[in-house]
Amino acid sequence: MVQIDDLGRIIDEHPFFRGIDAKLRALLVGCAANERVEAGKYLFRQGAPADSFYLVRHGSLAIETHAPGRPVITVESVGEGEIIGWSWLVAPYRWTFDARAVTLLRVLSFDATCLRGKMDADPVLGYEVLRRFVPVMGQRLAATRLQLLDLYGKQKG
Amino acid sequence: MIALPADPMLPRLFDVLKVKRELADTFTLELKSDGGGFGFQAGQFNMLYAFGAGEVPISISGDPGKPGTLVHTIRAVGAVTEAMGRLKPGDTLGVRGPYGTPWPVEQAFGDDLVIVAGGVGLAPLRPAIYQALANREKFGRVSILYGARSPEDILFRKELEQWRGRFDLEVLVTVDRVSGNWGGNVGVVTKLVAKAGFDPMDTTAFVCGPEVMMRFAVDSLEKRGVSTDKIHVSMERNMKCGLGVCGHCQWGPHFVCRDGPVFHFDEIAGLFSVREL
Amino acid sequence: MAPNIGSKVILDRSGLDRLIADLRGRGYRVIGPVLADSAVIYDEIQSAADLPAGCRDDSEAGTYRLDQTGEPWLFGYTLGVQGWKRHLYPPRQRLFRAERGERGFRLLDDQEVEAPLALLGVRACELAAIQVLDGVFDHEGFTEPGYLRRRQNAFIVAVECGHAAATCFCASADTGPAVGQGYDLRLNEIAGQGNWLFVAEAGSEKGLAVLAELPSRPASPDQIAAAAAQPQQAASQQSRQLKDDAARVLAVSTESPYWDKVAERCLTCGNCTMVCPTCFCTSVEDVTDLAGDIAERWRRWDSCFTLDYSYIHGGNVRSKAASRYRQWITHKLATWHHQFGRSGCVGCGRCIAWCPVGIDITAEVRALADAERGR
Repeated sequence: MVQIDDLGRIIDEHPFFRGIDAKLRALLVGCAANERVEAGKYLFRQGAPADSFYLVRHGSLAIETHAPGRPVITVESVGEGEIIGWSWLVAPYRWTFDARAVTLLRVLSFDATCLRGKMDADPVLGYEVLRRFVPVMGQRLAATRLQLLDLYGKQKG
Repeated sequence: MIALPADPMLPRLFDVLKVKRELADTFTLELKSDGGGFGFQAGQFNMLYAFGAGEVPISISGDPGKPGTLVHTIRAVGAVTEAMGRLKPGDTLGVRGPYGTPWPVEQAFGDDLVIVAGGVGLAPLRPAIYQALANREKFGRVSILYGARSPEDILFRKELEQWRGRFDLEVLVTVDRVSGNWGGNVGVVTKLVAKAGFDPMDTTAFVCGPEVMMRFAVDSLEKRGVSTDKIHVSMERNMKCGLGVCGHCQWGPHFVCRDGPVFHFDEIAGLFSVREL
Repeated sequence: MAPNIGSKVILDRSGLDRLIADLRGRGYRVIGPVLADSAVIYDEIQSAADLPAGCRDDSEAGTYRLDQTGEPWLFGYTLGVQGWKRHLYPPRQRLFRAERGERGFRLLDDQEVEAPLALLGVRACELAAIQVLDGVFDHEGFTEPGYLRRRQNAFIVAVECGHAAATCFCASADTGPAVGQGYDLRLNEIAGQGNWLFVAEAGSEKGLAVLAELPSRPASPDQIAAAAAQPQQAASQQSRQLKDDAARVLAVSTESPYWDKVAERCLTCGNCTMVCPTCFCTSVEDVTDLAGDIAERWRRWDSCFTLDYSYIHGGNVRSKAASRYRQWITHKLATWHHQFGRSGCVGCGRCIAWCPVGIDITAEVRALADAERGR
């Protein structure tokens, strides 16, 4: 069984929460759990309740979707030091993509209901978590826009 | 009256030694001339002439330490490059050059070196990679960050795999789109900048790829803390003479063929954002 | 008494004929003003009889017309439609011929030998334009051998302007109307009060050698004064002016909304670039014979107003007229300084006269400056 101290250390060391205030970290620890996912297994599925989010500690995973008659489409890959999942922040809290472990995956998961409750009760925590999510969302959006440009494709000319 | 120089618009004739298919639309030509070797600096380009079809600027993709043969990697995107794609060993190609500014590999000695390449933009950077590897001990960390459209579009794949197998080199590859089996990264090349292990305070970066990709790559490098006076980019414009005299490749005050293609980012930061310049 | 460099002598009308004959005798192809399609152009001449006697051009924005005055002037017009670039750097030049072999191809060594050129009637702004081109075709280790060969071998007979067209602005461009350095011979055509003669002066040893062979007599102080008054009069007739700070105005106007205003009028026809005596852009064309055995590469004048000019894989960099006009005028007046250490504009005003919609480079610079100040 992983000790509370260990969870706190993992939160501290992960780039996403680096430098967070100790009091807020203690609140986070209460909602956190260590998980491992075998390669090929799903962390979550499109449409399912988004009841958690994850700090990726080790390994990599693919954000996927699928379309009839086509092989699985990988939208983006997420690896060590990154986070996965922000559907838990937006009602009605359902995953919009599949997330599948490409390698053995070690993650720190946070219970969404637990965390949302604490964030509502403590706006300082709420602000701190959102403040760290927004740049990630911004980067993902910019990256997606770049991907849409199909930069390396042959253009009509 | 001064003696007039030889006409710089006259090509030197080279024989095609080898043709290597790289990707569906991209191939590498190895050329040799009776007239001896071909010295060049990493990042420079030549004007290549295919008989009757025309002339195009193509960067040199070979090893500057091996000037015995001349290596060009070409993507068939128009009539001239398609004609080049039909060349066979023994055929002739006209060559003028080398032209343009090089990657400042030696200036980067003592720094970490980050190479950011997108698509076929890896070709003009390969000579710099060869040169860096030949002088590996003179650098701190060396990272190659490469983005391609899909796993099938990864240029120099075997070489990238070899490089990745070295202990003194970080090679990160990502692709924009995937369907099917691919265990690697998916996402734009700029994401790799955040992941790579270099010390931004002492890093020189070489960037080559489509212009939009370069803008974003420079942006990510700056965000990591790399100083803009240590970022270098390679520009593409309509080079027709290579000599700064036909006018076509003008970009602001620069002739890209003569003042570039490799620019110090600081020199061109103001031009980079101007549309249709 | 034989003339020296800088000493002024009188040539009469027959002296001009002798000059042309003498230059031809020395192997020069003499190019001078001739009448063609109701315009003065520069083409090969055999004698002074080919010159456009009595012609005077009347230019305004979008307008050029040639009047017959009935006066004896041979050089009464201001400028030919195109400058001397046409002869020093022809619109079409063959770069090489190549022949297909059993395997590959080889280059054929069959360039034609050209006769040296004598340019008769070069105006001050045009001499400046030639000097601008000298800078383009010989800079920072690069030399264009064809141009340099023609240029080195050329014999230049400058003729000073005695009057200016409405489109002229050489005085504000600092290139004229007085002819400075760089000529072999300089002439002033003096006519009136029953006189008709040329005040001539050699500007080089080459010019002196030619002048010494011609029948001449020393010029009188009155004749010298009449010659000196000509460029002053031409300067005083100029109302158009290029702003001194044109380079600065353009440097700060890259993102000016005013470019869209110009683009509403600009047809991107490229006329301005074709008549500009310093525009040097070229493209290369490949041609093959029907059998595909002989291939040629031809360099031809190009214009930054064409879409193809800025083509790179995937499209044209300057798709909008506004971008192309901006490129042309910014290059001419601003980035030329970075590239060649001077302005690319000599104030000849041809781009103003030959623009079908009358876009005026001097007025556009003023408008950009106003737009800049207004912000």
